[in-house]
Amino acid sequence: MGFELILFYVFAAIAIGTTLLVVVQSNPVYSVLLLIGSFIGLAGLYVLLQAPFVAVIQIIVYAGAIMVLFLFVVMLLNAPREELVTSGILESPATRTIGAMLAIAFAAELAWALNRSSRLAWTVTDVTRRPFSVPEIGRRLFQDYAFAFEATSILILVAMIGAITLAGRQLTEGARLKSRPAGDASRTDGGMAEGGRAEGGRAQL
Amino acid sequence: MAELNHYLVLSGVLFTIGTAGVLLRRNVITVLLSLEVMLNAVNLSFIAFGRFLGSSDGQIIVFFVITVAAAEAAVGLALVIALFRHVETLNPDAFRQLRG
Amino acid sequence: MLSWIPLLPFIGFAINTFGARRLPAKAIGAIASLAMFAAFVVSVVAVGRLTAQPADSREIVQTLFTWIGSADFQVPLALRLDPLSALMILVVTGIGFLIHVYSTAYMIEEEPHEYARYFAYLNLFAGFMLLLVLGENFLVLFVGWEGVGLCSYLLIGFWYQKGVAADAGKKAFIVNRIGDVAFVLGVLLAFSQFGTVSFRELNGVIAGLPAESSFGVVSAIALLLFIGATGKSAQIPLYVWLPDAMEGPTPVSALIHAATMVTAGVYLIGRNAVVFAHAPEVLTIVAVIGTATALWAGAIGMVQNDIKRVLAYSTVSQLGYMFMAMGVGAFTAGIFHLFTHAFFKALLFLGSGAVIHALAGEQDLRHMGGLKKELPVTYWTFLIGAIAIAGVPGLAGFFSKDEILYRTFAGGHQLLWVVGAVTSLMTAFYMFRLVFLAFHGERRHAPVAQGFSPAYPVVHDSHHAHLHDAPMAMAIPLVVLAIGSVVAGYLNVPAGLGGSAVLERFLEPSLHVPAMEGAHAAADHADHALEIVLMIVSSTIAFAGIGLAAFLYLKRTDIPDALVAKFPGVYLFLVRKGYIDELYDAVVVQPIKALSEGVLWKADARVIDGAVNGTGQIVVETGSLVRRVQTGSVRTYAVSVLFGAVLVVGYFLWS
Repeated sequence: MGFELILFYVFAAIAIGTTLLVVVQSNPVYSVLLLIGSFIGLAGLYVLLQAPFVAVIQIIVYAGAIMVLFLFVVMLLNAPREELVTSGILESPATRTIGAMLAIAFAAELAWALNRSSRLAWTVTDVTRRPFSVPEIGRRLFQDYAFAFEATSILILVAMIGAITLAGRQLTEGARLKSRPAGDASRTDGGMAEGGRAEGGRAQL
Repeated sequence: MAELNHYLVLSGVLFTIGTAGVLLRRNVITVLLSLEVMLNAVNLSFIAFGRFLGSSDGQIIVFFVITVAAAEAAVGLALVIALFRHVETLNPDAFRQLRG
Repeated sequence: MLSWIPLLPFIGFAINTFGARRLPAKAIGAIASLAMFAAFVVSVVAVGRLTAQPADSREIVQTLFTWIGSADFQVPLALRLDPLSALMILVVTGIGFLIHVYSTAYMIEEEPHEYARYFAYLNLFAGFMLLLVLGENFLVLFVGWEGVGLCSYLLIGFWYQKGVAADAGKKAFIVNRIGDVAFVLGVLLAFSQFGTVSFRELNGVIAGLPAESSFGVVSAIALLLFIGATGKSAQIPLYVWLPDAMEGPTPVSALIHAATMVTAGVYLIGRNAVVFAHAPEVLTIVAVIGTATALWAGAIGMVQNDIKRVLAYSTVSQLGYMFMAMGVGAFTAGIFHLFTHAFFKALLFLGSGAVIHALAGEQDLRHMGGLKKELPVTYWTFLIGAIAIAGVPGLAGFFSKDEILYRTFAGGHQLLWVVGAVTSLMTAFYMFRLVFLAFHGERRHAPVAQGFSPAYPVVHDSHHAHLHDAPMAMAIPLVVLAIGSVVAGYLNVPAGLGGSAVLERFLEPSLHVPAMEGAHAAADHADHALEIVLMIVSSTIAFAGIGLAAFLYLKRTDIPDALVAKFPGVYLFLVRKGYIDELYDAVVVQPIKALSEGVLWKADARVIDGAVNGTGQIVVETGSLVRRVQTGSVRTYAVSVLFGAVLVVGYFLWS
């Protein structure tokens, strides 16, 4: 039906538009927020594709958690604005040629793949088929993909430990600690160790 | 009605945009964001295929992709923080110590 | 028991090598001499056992182990004692022992570890020489052959700090090597044609063949072996090393270059008499070369001024006689002359050593004279040696040299006889020239400022040398050898003089040559009258030579210089040894050097080094190219990931 097609185009436009801006514009905070917009567009598309559960999950997890994490880090590091197209690596003609060639090859492959797939005869199932229910998905998840599920949970645990280790405050002297320009002079470790992590608002880097 | 092809083309376009961002941006965080964009594009194509082949596998896989993306984003950002402590910049071109 | 004969000197070598810095000099000399004496005793016992066996099957064989065992080619490390090698081992151990004793006094001024090195080498040499003559087959002989060549190099270049000595050692070794190539080829040819390297088997096989009338396989083998012999025994064309070898210590010259090593070539021919007898053409070559060498060396020896050089050329000349004998089929005569020559030549060398020792290093005849009064023992023993070599009847040299000349004449080689007779004249002449110049007349001192460089380590000014006669350790060997020079000849008094030719009979089983039996019988029963006539001729020649020398060097001493002035070209030619060394240098040495250097710089440096270095260079270059991939830039890596992804996707799309 035409309605569905129109919705498709609307959401597609949102997705492409915001994504483009994410990549193009220079302020990282804006980039994060625009990405959230992109997720919303995609979520709409998922609903159109009879996958409301995933759409909601996407919003909750992706937009709600991961992007928040990004925001935290952006603000923590006070990332400056930067220019879009860079000098440096793109200056050398070799890089530009290779890059251009790669891009063309990539685009060609995409077009070719799409072409091939479009010539395949898809049996489009009944549009009125109802979307998969949550119990159905749950059953698939915990029966057929149980192993992957458990593995993923371990993966998350490992990632958590890794993130803490990597980004945790260094308690020993000798590490090059840069103090914030606001004048929190790095004192001896006695003060820092006692300071604790969550205490006192701004973390000392 | 939107055909499978429409979704695939859309997915391809989003993927391309993401790739361009990964390769061209000079801010590490933005690079990571572009990486998320690429992952999303792939998610879209999975869901599309799942819908048009009548299987729930597409959604399950997306489920996992999102999870892994989360883990990867966490660790990646932790790395960025650790690096930032040393070099005070977010420009990926600044990290050249492994130059052979 | 046979194995002890070479083993004892080897043990002496080992002890002196490892105890070089720990044992006192006296002990070292004693150990070395004792080793030789013990070997001599064992040799005597062994020879005694040998003679106890019936005359026509005299041999003792001792196989130690199978050295090479591969299918058809079995070579045992075996020693074989038969009459010929019996004679040789007695000579080597007996005279070797005397020379060891002599050396203990002669070399006493060396540093202790140098002293030890000397005796170690000397023992080592003796061990190898004994291995050579006791070898049951060609390969064992070759071990000894090479070993004595090595020791010759080591001993000639003993005072290696002197460039001349080191060069002389190298020259000896290299020239020997050239002969060795021929030797090995001969052995290989024999093996390939007859399937064996054992003397006994080979001689047995060849004995069954008829004598060759043209140049065939047997002749080839014989010729190759002979060329090897010319290297070791200093015949034309490979004699050039022996005069230079005088750079070594005098006892070394006595042992190696008079009594033993140089006789190895003669021994080789005697050992393979059957082979040579079946190759008449080669025998002729042997005789001609031997005679020519004798003449040539004699001529050069007449004008040399270094006492040792005269003796060196004399050695070459006498060796020529031995080869002449072998060449005319008189194998026993050749070996007999080897035997007697060992005595008097060793005596002459040791005597000259005593003179040099007394004069603190002077070797030039022009600076000697009048030593008769001051070195009596040396003089009288030396005189006996000179008389013996000149061929004066009654002493050893007479019997052996005369036997050779007789056989030559009786064998129909009159021309060779004439040359041999002329050489005899020369021999007597130069020998007594030496005696008169060195011992008679007035002392002619060298100018004080002259810097001579004799082959003697410590050089004092000869004006102030103490002229003492040889010490006991040197004198006794001289006396013993003098006695030997007198009596050794009586071992083989020919039938013509009413003797019983003991040696000839003794050596018969070893040198028995069926093919030449006819010739031998003819010679034996021939003219005793002829024999006596020739003897008288030889004696006359000997006395004539002595007389001539006396005339020129005792009475009218102005004549030699006048002759030199009158025939400067001839004189110079002879004094400069016929420019042979220069000829060899130009024709052989320089081209080879040029070739070697060409190969070195072009082939080796460019091609081989180039290839090897080039490979390394390629690796380095490739490395620096490839390392550019490691940019260290994250974005470059991302691009490469994308690149790989494009390739993989492309692959899947294709298939």
